[in-house]
Amino acid sequence: MAKGRIVAGCIAPHPPHLVYAENPDQNEPTSEGGWEQLRWGYERLRESLSEIEHDVIVILSPHWQTYVGTHFLGLENFQSLSVDPVFPNLFRYHYDLNIDVELAKQIHDNAEKAGLAVKMMENPDFRVDYGTITTGHLFNPKWDKPLVVISSNRSTDYYSAEVMQEMMIELGRITRETIEESGKKAVILASNSLSHRHFTTESEIPEDMSKEHIASHAMHLWDMRIIDYIRSGQTQRILDEMPEFIEQAIAESDGGGLSWLISALDTPDYPAILHGYGTIIGTGNAVVEWPCYKHEEESQ
Amino acid sequence: MSDGEIIGSYIVPVHPHTYLVPEQNPGWTKLREAFDEAALRIKNSEADLLIIYSTTWPSIIGHQIQADPNPEWVMVDHDFHDLGSIPYSFNIDSEFANAWNEANHQRGLKSRTVNYHGFPIDVGSVVALKLLNPDNAIPAVIVSSNVYANRSETSVMAKACLDVVRSTGRKAIAITAMSLSNRMFTENIDPADDKIHSLKDDEWNCKILELMEKGRLEDVGQLSRTIQKQIRIRKVVAFKPMWWLSAINDNRNDLTGEVLAYEAIHGAGAAVIHLDPASCGTGDKEYDEDDVEYFHGDRSVLDSNDPEATAIDEEVETIDEITTAEENGPALWEPTTVDGSVNTDSAPKPVGAYPHARRVGDLLYLSGVGPRQAVTNSIPGGPIHDEDGEPLDYDIKAQTKAVIDNIALILEEAGSSLEQVIDVTTFLVDMKRDFQGYNEVWAETLGKIGPTRTTLAIRALPTPIAVEMKVIAQLLE
Repeated sequence: MAKGRIVAGCIAPHPPHLVYAENPDQNEPTSEGGWEQLRWGYERLRESLSEIEHDVIVILSPHWQTYVGTHFLGLENFQSLSVDPVFPNLFRYHYDLNIDVELAKQIHDNAEKAGLAVKMMENPDFRVDYGTITTGHLFNPKWDKPLVVISSNRSTDYYSAEVMQEMMIELGRITRETIEESGKKAVILASNSLSHRHFTTESEIPEDMSKEHIASHAMHLWDMRIIDYIRSGQTQRILDEMPEFIEQAIAESDGGGLSWLISALDTPDYPAILHGYGTIIGTGNAVVEWPCYKHEEESQ
Repeated sequence: MSDGEIIGSYIVPVHPHTYLVPEQNPGWTKLREAFDEAALRIKNSEADLLIIYSTTWPSIIGHQIQADPNPEWVMVDHDFHDLGSIPYSFNIDSEFANAWNEANHQRGLKSRTVNYHGFPIDVGSVVALKLLNPDNAIPAVIVSSNVYANRSETSVMAKACLDVVRSTGRKAIAITAMSLSNRMFTENIDPADDKIHSLKDDEWNCKILELMEKGRLEDVGQLSRTIQKQIRIRKVVAFKPMWWLSAINDNRNDLTGEVLAYEAIHGAGAAVIHLDPASCGTGDKEYDEDDVEYFHGDRSVLDSNDPEATAIDEEVETIDEITTAEENGPALWEPTTVDGSVNTDSAPKPVGAYPHARRVGDLLYLSGVGPRQAVTNSIPGGPIHDEDGEPLDYDIKAQTKAVIDNIALILEEAGSSLEQVIDVTTFLVDMKRDFQGYNEVWAETLGKIGPTRTTLAIRALPTPIAVEMKVIAQLLE
């Protein structure tokens, strides 16, 4: 069996607004568009990924929050209605997705061997979190690739950002090594915004773009700082500054996704592609791709 | 239509163990039994609405209020999915939900109702409603916990809810679905090994429960931020359900509290607590106050055996008696002791030379009983006038409840009980103003027992109170 590999690593946001703005058949509410900068960014990402052969998409979602270890979806198919508990007016999405249970179980088993607290989620009544559904749709609207879905272990809340990073760096290493063992080609994805200070009010027309902007200048500065590191291949600096970033930008990377992604990509020192940046109800969001496959080819 | 009111409050834990697998751990069994006891009390009350504030339903754009009249789904916990699924079908009072939302807007708050098929009702609300209202007999309303809300927003939201309860004449039960300490074990554990995560968490939980048992809800609300720092992880910012529950109970510190159970669920502090609005008789004090009417000097909190401090306390007590006698009514007397007399330190001191009660054969005759409190001499519901004789607003219901509580204390001392009361003569200083409120409390208490009753209007009573009762009771064999 050929060695598996991660062919691309991505950061991609999951606010339901982006799906709402696209008016797909699966979503009940309808809109007049909005958040085009980010949706065009997703388009560019999809186009880029379409050129890369891959078998599976591995997602870590901050909206499946688990306080007792890291969990993995463990059944082959999930179908239901996902209603966003915060924005039910925007997101009521009928989903039907497939899981690569074999790979999920392999990552689970290897993480367990490494001493991490883990659990497979095998309850058929379980509703997949809306973050996974949103990112899954925007990433691959055809839903024709199986997913591995990993929960967000809230160790930042229990201990500290530093402890969270230790655990997520370990999980990232295990994810990479397990993918290599599996012989599969995987795209991995941290479903993640950057700065995460929301507006506390919603405009009458949610997609009214005249009301959309970053929550504060401080949040903008943090977003640009992180994007600069991303574009210049300085991911170690992102890890180093993660505690301050989480605290000062109220960053959603407290859920571990970004640290896991950087670790799984082996802390890349080459530039990522910034496909798009925009704000959603005041939060900062970027669509980013580390083109591992191309980087490997160029390095050879 | 009479004014609506909060007729009881409950604090209940959020995790699904008590519903799905109570048999797996003795503590979970006790919590389940406490849930069942709470459900029975609610069923036997006059409650016609359950209001749930849930910490496991976070929101961002203001608060959200569930308004789907019949939400149905199958709930699976994000962490404890291996314990099983909880199908639910609830009876939501959408009319009340919409009125509450409107009341929020009138008080300047941002909120909205949610009424969508498939909306994911949170685990805390599901467990609370499944166990406290198993047959859906009482309609409910659920509100989210806004992650950005501060104390003001949370308290005002409770007051808006109370506006609607009162204006619609509802008899409502307020429920907070929450943990005390919320730090769980971060690894899977054998259910038999469950315990509170740390001694520190346990000590703080016990302090909260001690305050709750004394009915000091507002005190717990005031300690919210400290409690959050000490024993809570960030899931919900601040220990804000206590702000909400205290505000909806008029920020009182003299509720009647009872802890029905306190156990661990996967390390978190889980308690079922009942708070009855009846005054516990301690006065509406905050935790650092001895008396809300008079300053008693600094408390010798560091050394209670300090003779100098004790002397100061005694002096203050003497001064207090004089002050009370001169400014707030007649001097207080020690109860007269004669053959057959019954006296107790739990009842307020007489204002003349007479006992609290006297036995004659198998009958017990009580001296006129008012609402004053035993040690503090304070008056629940407030005095009817100040020391200059200027009229004050007061709560006749609170006064009447306190009178009946005092009667019960004297009867208990004599070996009798409220159930043995045969005849009551009630004196009201303002029949027109107070009869209705007095009569409502009567109906909920002595009215259910059935003594004969005479109600008289009089010009005044010796102390600044509005109601007094003269009681004849039978002694228990």
